[in-house]
Amino acid sequence: MSVLDIRDLKVEFPGRKSTFVAVQGVHLEVEAGKILGVVGESGAGKSTVGNAVIGLLQEPGRIAQGEIRLHDDRIDTLPEKQKRHIRGRKIGMIFQDPLTSLDPLQTVESQLVETIRTHLPLSSSQARARAIELIDAVGIPNPSERISQYPHQFSGGMRQRVVIALALCAEPELVIADEPTTALDVSIQAQILELMKRLCADRNVAMMVITHDMGVIADITDHVAVMYHGKLVEYGETHQVLGAPQHRYTQSLISAVPRPDVRVERFPVVDYIEKAGKPAKQIDIATHWLGQTRDYTKTDGPLVEIEDLTMRFEVKGSLIPSRRKHFDAVKAVSFDIKEGETFGVVGESGSGKSTIARIITGLYHPTAGTIRFAGTDLTSLTNRRQILAMRRQMQMIFQDPYSSLNARMRVRDIIAEPIKFHRLASSNSEVRQIVEDLLDHVGLGAAAGKKFPHEFSGGQRQRISIARALATRPRFLLCDEPTSALDVSIQAQILNLLKDLQDELGLTMMFISHDLAVIRQMCNRIAVMKNGELCEVADCDTLFESPQHDYTRHLLKLMPSMELLSRANIETA
Amino acid sequence: MLGFAMRRLVQAMIVMLVVALLAFTLFRFVGDPVNQMVGVETSLEQREALRESLGLNDPVPVQFWRFISNAAQFDFGTSYQFRQPVSDLFAKRIPATLELSFVSALFALIVGIPMGVYAGLNRESAVSKLFLSVSLVGISLPTFLIGILLIFVFSVNLQWLPSFGRGETVQIGGWWTTGFLTVSGLKALILPSITLGLYQMTLIMRLIRAEMLEVIRTDYIKFARARGLPDRLVHFRHALKNTLIPVITITGLQLGAIIAFATITETVFQWPGMGLMFLQAVQNVDIPIMSAYLLLTAFLFVSINFIVDILYFLIDPRLRVERA
Amino acid sequence: MSDVSEKQTESVIATDRDTGAPDTMSAFGRFMDSDILHSFLRSKVAVIAAIGTFMFFILAFTAPWIAPHDPFDLASISILDARVPPIWMDYADPRFLLGTDDQGRDLLSGIFYGMRISLIVGFCSVIAAAIIGISLGLVAGYMGGRVDAVIMRIADVQLTFPAILIALLIDGAARGIFGSLDREVFSFWILIFALALSFWVQYARTVRGSTMVEKNKEYVQAARVIGIPSIIIMVRHILPNVTGPVLVIATINLALAIVTEATLSFLGVGMPPTQPSLGTLIAIGNDFLYSGEWWIAIFPGLALALLVLNVNLLGDWLRDALNPKLR
Repeated sequence: MSVLDIRDLKVEFPGRKSTFVAVQGVHLEVEAGKILGVVGESGAGKSTVGNAVIGLLQEPGRIAQGEIRLHDDRIDTLPEKQKRHIRGRKIGMIFQDPLTSLDPLQTVESQLVETIRTHLPLSSSQARARAIELIDAVGIPNPSERISQYPHQFSGGMRQRVVIALALCAEPELVIADEPTTALDVSIQAQILELMKRLCADRNVAMMVITHDMGVIADITDHVAVMYHGKLVEYGETHQVLGAPQHRYTQSLISAVPRPDVRVERFPVVDYIEKAGKPAKQIDIATHWLGQTRDYTKTDGPLVEIEDLTMRFEVKGSLIPSRRKHFDAVKAVSFDIKEGETFGVVGESGSGKSTIARIITGLYHPTAGTIRFAGTDLTSLTNRRQILAMRRQMQMIFQDPYSSLNARMRVRDIIAEPIKFHRLASSNSEVRQIVEDLLDHVGLGAAAGKKFPHEFSGGQRQRISIARALATRPRFLLCDEPTSALDVSIQAQILNLLKDLQDELGLTMMFISHDLAVIRQMCNRIAVMKNGELCEVADCDTLFESPQHDYTRHLLKLMPSMELLSRANIETA
Repeated sequence: MLGFAMRRLVQAMIVMLVVALLAFTLFRFVGDPVNQMVGVETSLEQREALRESLGLNDPVPVQFWRFISNAAQFDFGTSYQFRQPVSDLFAKRIPATLELSFVSALFALIVGIPMGVYAGLNRESAVSKLFLSVSLVGISLPTFLIGILLIFVFSVNLQWLPSFGRGETVQIGGWWTTGFLTVSGLKALILPSITLGLYQMTLIMRLIRAEMLEVIRTDYIKFARARGLPDRLVHFRHALKNTLIPVITITGLQLGAIIAFATITETVFQWPGMGLMFLQAVQNVDIPIMSAYLLLTAFLFVSINFIVDILYFLIDPRLRVERA
Repeated sequence: MSDVSEKQTESVIATDRDTGAPDTMSAFGRFMDSDILHSFLRSKVAVIAAIGTFMFFILAFTAPWIAPHDPFDLASISILDARVPPIWMDYADPRFLLGTDDQGRDLLSGIFYGMRISLIVGFCSVIAAAIIGISLGLVAGYMGGRVDAVIMRIADVQLTFPAILIALLIDGAARGIFGSLDREVFSFWILIFALALSFWVQYARTVRGSTMVEKNKEYVQAARVIGIPSIIIMVRHILPNVTGPVLVIATINLALAIVTEATLSFLGVGMPPTQPSLGTLIAIGNDFLYSGEWWIAIFPGLALALLVLNVNLLGDWLRDALNPKLR
């Protein structure tokens, strides 16, 4: 018998003008000791399902139809007071961000004890003993000591363990985890998933995991429900849904997940969600502005040479030098990037990969080391005109499509700014023509120039960013996690676009990502970084087939296998 | 803890030094001190002798040093208007101002905090909306106008309460006089302290409400609810405690502001405190009183800020550990 | 502690806004809680406040044409008309709707003219404070380091003193310096100077805070990668993105400046009785409160309270509409 039974659920948010239906016609069941995954891209309504179950729908949301049963008892119609007795007692909840889920002013102990004593008839010393037991169970070393600490004394992964302990306080029958690992690094993510899987089996808890990540689904779930625009499009056993998807949306979603095992030339075209406009006119690069003036000095050696690059930040200033604290973001890193290749940099957060990109583009001034670009030492340049000439040759695409465009400027002004600033066009009408061609070329259409950035989706904004980067006719393009903020189907489109542009324009690229699968699809050579140090540099296939460094092997082991995922449609696409 | 307190203390001293420099500049360079002290018929030689005896011909740093060390010994020079030592004048008036400020602050806190908490937790209720509307009126009415209106209603028309002065006062110790011990003294306190405290009360109320609304939206409150904790725990143990940090900061500043705003209230109610004296000094360009008042209020503000910082430290564990 | 994925989750939330789907509680919550619904609920108040403020502006700035009398025209003022009560009381004079003051000036006309002076002083000081505060805040926030430290320490020290005290001190000092000069000419400028210097800190702190947030956003970094110089980045890219909070502060500061000016004038250190602002009028009336001639103080007082209330309501609404998180 299932622990949780959702039947024909419909959740709506009445607004002033119209009622927004967030979830419609959803049937789900979770059994004890099993994990159900709810997967979907942003806007799918998957979190709304979780919030509806625990009775914490954001105002003015309401359940308009259907029933939610916990062990055959309806819980969606209970009065608020009784719902509170179910929360925590029968249903535990795990939220996404462990950094903000805990009250910063209370010790872990007091948060655990108050939750335990709210639900169980225990004395405070019994509750404390139970709290220590729980902390131990979620794998935090020295439980009796650490329990009296405050949340900020724990790392992100440890805090998520505390959150899990809090969810398990009163032995709930059901645990709902809303993106439990999205805010964590890969290696921590693997540990937390392992822990959840183990707790689920040991305690015979039913678990519902809400995520956008196919890797998480493939790794730990028994059943999976695929949601799209508030509707359940596919539901079944995980190996079946991933192995032989029936619905077109599931198929395109799976095909868009980058493959970690084999390199494919292009991602299969995914147009179920957001169609990318085909360029209205084909540009002949040989004659077009974009292809002109390759006046850059030819180099025989590598295009970019980095030697002993070091970046030291002052963490804590002090008048006395010995009391200053430093943080070395990049430690004596050296590598070369050849003309025309895509050079990948992979690493977890804090590995210094983004810092390197920012040093190369001149956003940071390095503490030590040299950067040579086409034979010129960038660190020794002092003449502003020379610096500008170099800047023009390298451009950057940023991670966050929402903050990388100035919200107060029209798209055409955003793209025209670098052209005008570097005086790359002779007249205003020429600038306008170039901007329209660029917008057309990245798949947005010339008419997009009149609009403001907020009128576009994340993927479209990333296309605008790319158009802006191309507007200085760069030779070298740095991409700093260009797709990590995007849904996976959009990611595939953007990666395809980048590949196409590189082929056409002969760009050299440095591609930074935390996602090994993406790196594998995009790069010729790869550098692995950890804590500011370079672990190894190798050709793409060499790195994946026979990694030399321990850390590389560790990272590769953590990659979700995705073996379950059907690839049948890739060949047909 | 000690290191943190020391650092704050050093910062406070730097602030005091900057203020002292301002006060000195005011004292020394605004108008000619000699001209203020002598009559029209004083000869040039006499003026020069006076200038020499006051040390006004010494190098400026020497004069500044003398100014600071005098101030540290409560010697602020002689008032131009009253021809008396400024410190004596202040000593006579400080009790009046402090008593008034204390009662007003108490009023602002005791009424403002519960109103703010209530309005933050029940944002949609009619009472909260009433609180909010009243507070907006409170903010819009200038202090002096509130005073005038209160006098007009309660003193002129109803004749319930006195409209000026402190009433009867009782001498305590060598120099402190208090209005707390007589009926007329207490009655005289009512209107001025409401006038003075009303604005701070509305500010505190609005601030606490805003902070509460902010904290209620955070993830940890959502998580606390999802764990099934009762509202009592969620609201008071988690939400209220997290609003305290900004509230204490602003409240501290507001308490300092009360002493400065006392100037206005004291003028309206002819309350014999140091604010009234300061205002008369501004009108008559009595520089020694002005610079002494500047130093004195700065000292009060800096002390309040110092206490606020220490409180901060006791509430927030993140600060404690970082400094340890 | 992954900054990458934090951003990622942020944008996951943000994408919901595009589709309008409440996938995450907070996105929808923010939407429902802030802009549209809130300003809608309050819009009736806001509309009334806007109309009220506008009317006060019209009355104030057309005072010379619509006021029934000219309070500055000595020829038309007669001391015999002094302290005439409002029209509905005994011994009233039909020429003076709200009665007259101690010199026989028509109170209604005095209020129109006084409001004019109050508003002019308010506007000028708000603009002056905004210009000082915005420039210093931008520079401090963008440059950081020593420049920032110096500007912000000054601001901190000043912030410990309430504006009214600073205005009083500046006024007092100015009297010491310009003591011999004509007060009527200088009062106005001294007032604006004192108010501007008292209020700049708020702008500077807010603009600095927003600038520090904006300068780390990737659009600013993109502009730097293109090679655009700092000054252009500050003016063209950052400034337009920090105007929202500035507008709110300016509105609320207008109310505060009017109140502070009125207070200074009431205390006798603001506008002189020959050029009376609302505060000066109330100060004059205060002397007659006890002798039964209440209207001389109360009517200008009401006008002042209503004017400030309207501006405050407008500012309150603007704050909620533009940014629910701003304080």
